[in-house]
Amino acid sequence: MGAPDFAALRADFPILSRRVGEGKPLIYLDSTATAQKPVSVLAAMDEFYRQHHANIHRGIHTLAEEATARYEAGRERVARFIHAPAAANLIFTRNTTEAINLVAYTWARAHLKAGDRLLLTEMEHHSNLVPWQILAAERGVTLDFVPVTPEGLLDLEAYRALLTREPKLVAFTHMSNVLGTINPAAEMIRLAHEAGAIVLLDGAQSVPHLPVDVQALDVDFLAFSAHKMLGPSGIGALYGKMTLLQAMPPFLGGGDMIRRVSLQGFQANTVPYKFEAGTPAIAEAIGFAAAVEYLERVGMEAIAAHEQRLVAYALERLGEIPGLRVLGPSASMRGGVVAFALEGIHPHDVAQILDREGIAVRAGHHCAQPLHEKFGLSATTRASFYLYNQEWEIDKLVEGIDTVKKVFG
Amino acid sequence: MCGMDDFYRELIIERYKTPLYRGHLEPHDIQFEDENPLCGDHIEVTLRVDEEGRIREARFDGHGCAISQASADLLMEAILGKTLEEVKQLTRQDVLDLLGIELGPVRLKCALLPLKVLKAGVYGLGEAGDDLVE
Repeated sequence: MGAPDFAALRADFPILSRRVGEGKPLIYLDSTATAQKPVSVLAAMDEFYRQHHANIHRGIHTLAEEATARYEAGRERVARFIHAPAAANLIFTRNTTEAINLVAYTWARAHLKAGDRLLLTEMEHHSNLVPWQILAAERGVTLDFVPVTPEGLLDLEAYRALLTREPKLVAFTHMSNVLGTINPAAEMIRLAHEAGAIVLLDGAQSVPHLPVDVQALDVDFLAFSAHKMLGPSGIGALYGKMTLLQAMPPFLGGGDMIRRVSLQGFQANTVPYKFEAGTPAIAEAIGFAAAVEYLERVGMEAIAAHEQRLVAYALERLGEIPGLRVLGPSASMRGGVVAFALEGIHPHDVAQILDREGIAVRAGHHCAQPLHEKFGLSATTRASFYLYNQEWEIDKLVEGIDTVKKVFG
Repeated sequence: MCGMDDFYRELIIERYKTPLYRGHLEPHDIQFEDENPLCGDHIEVTLRVDEEGRIREARFDGHGCAISQASADLLMEAILGKTLEEVKQLTRQDVLDLLGIELGPVRLKCALLPLKVLKAGVYGLGEAGDDLVE
């Protein structure tokens, strides 16, 4: 198979042909927040609702059997995408945040006691920070943080030193949603295991954009969201090693997570069902599977290479703009994310004026307030790229920034 | 709908770049500060009030987008000579009239932060609630 035609695949995404504001073509540079959806994902969910929709598990009728089969096929498909050993290693959650909370509320509360340590990093999204802060306050667990260097990389010397404090769990992002930094996950996981720690990897940004193999990484938990990888919102996943999942108490209580229930108690269901209480996002699981099918068809290696080209081009072009400061490392160490600050102009104003040009970027702290404080900024403007973005859109972004600077003269 | 040229009216850009009422009064009769947690915009207001309860001097300080900073500057100007009772009656429409633009819900929060801070200070409240700018 030849190299994928990235320009042509834009046609698979209906929203990319719409116009915004005063008839400007949409330039969508906010995929780090959420990705747009190809027709195949929309069609898979539509077909499910039109033809097969029913509640899953324990249904005897035709529709219930079809719905169950499709939901479980979705689990298999997504599990295969991250190279999980079996479908049962994959728990469907609402999103990455809920997947991390699942580990914090079950594994961590069962295993951690006062005085234990957790090791996080300064570049975490609030979703990989606040669940542990809640735990720390409740259990007297101490949090340590791997510092971020001025270039936007994790300080690996400091990481080794912090591991000697023998944390029970190391939780870090595979790819920063602000700096774009791709962390050396395999090496960090190996070092954590040598120090006796369990590792949770926040894959919200990496799983959509890079080939991720949980067995090659030897990671204990991996959390990610469908909506950032061409799938629907409302569904995400937690991968876990089977021995860990089996030993964990259930998460939420309710239907589907039980084997049997009496008035006084219950017996928990097996993995993964014991973590999926209540009717799950069924159509979304089917959409999730269609999304990974699309990504696999294009090829994750090719997608990562495409985004690498885009980010290198963006860094080059943005680097030409006086008064513009880009956060984070050089192109070779980052994914398709570029957060920047324009001297004297607030990111909200930048984003607002770019919006008038049809360009969708995000302005704010991107759910990483401590990281922004580290860099002495309260907010940045962030442009992010995915497989459907093209170099000419970066040219438009640069033109748009010129307009911003003209308005603020 | 307003186009971009309307949105970033010359007045707003001018007041953002060269505000007339930026500063901090020391001593002051009223001081209050707060921020918009969504974007980190921060506004402090200090006031000097005379015996009749009229505002003699007003300054704002802080950082944020053009809308929030220009709104603060225009608001400080507008309240000079007003009584505290009159300030309590100010509404979101008064702020929008000062700015002369229409705003979506997110940017409305930027524009209204100065009024929220001002009214919380004048009422002597512990915190600036959204009900102050209904």
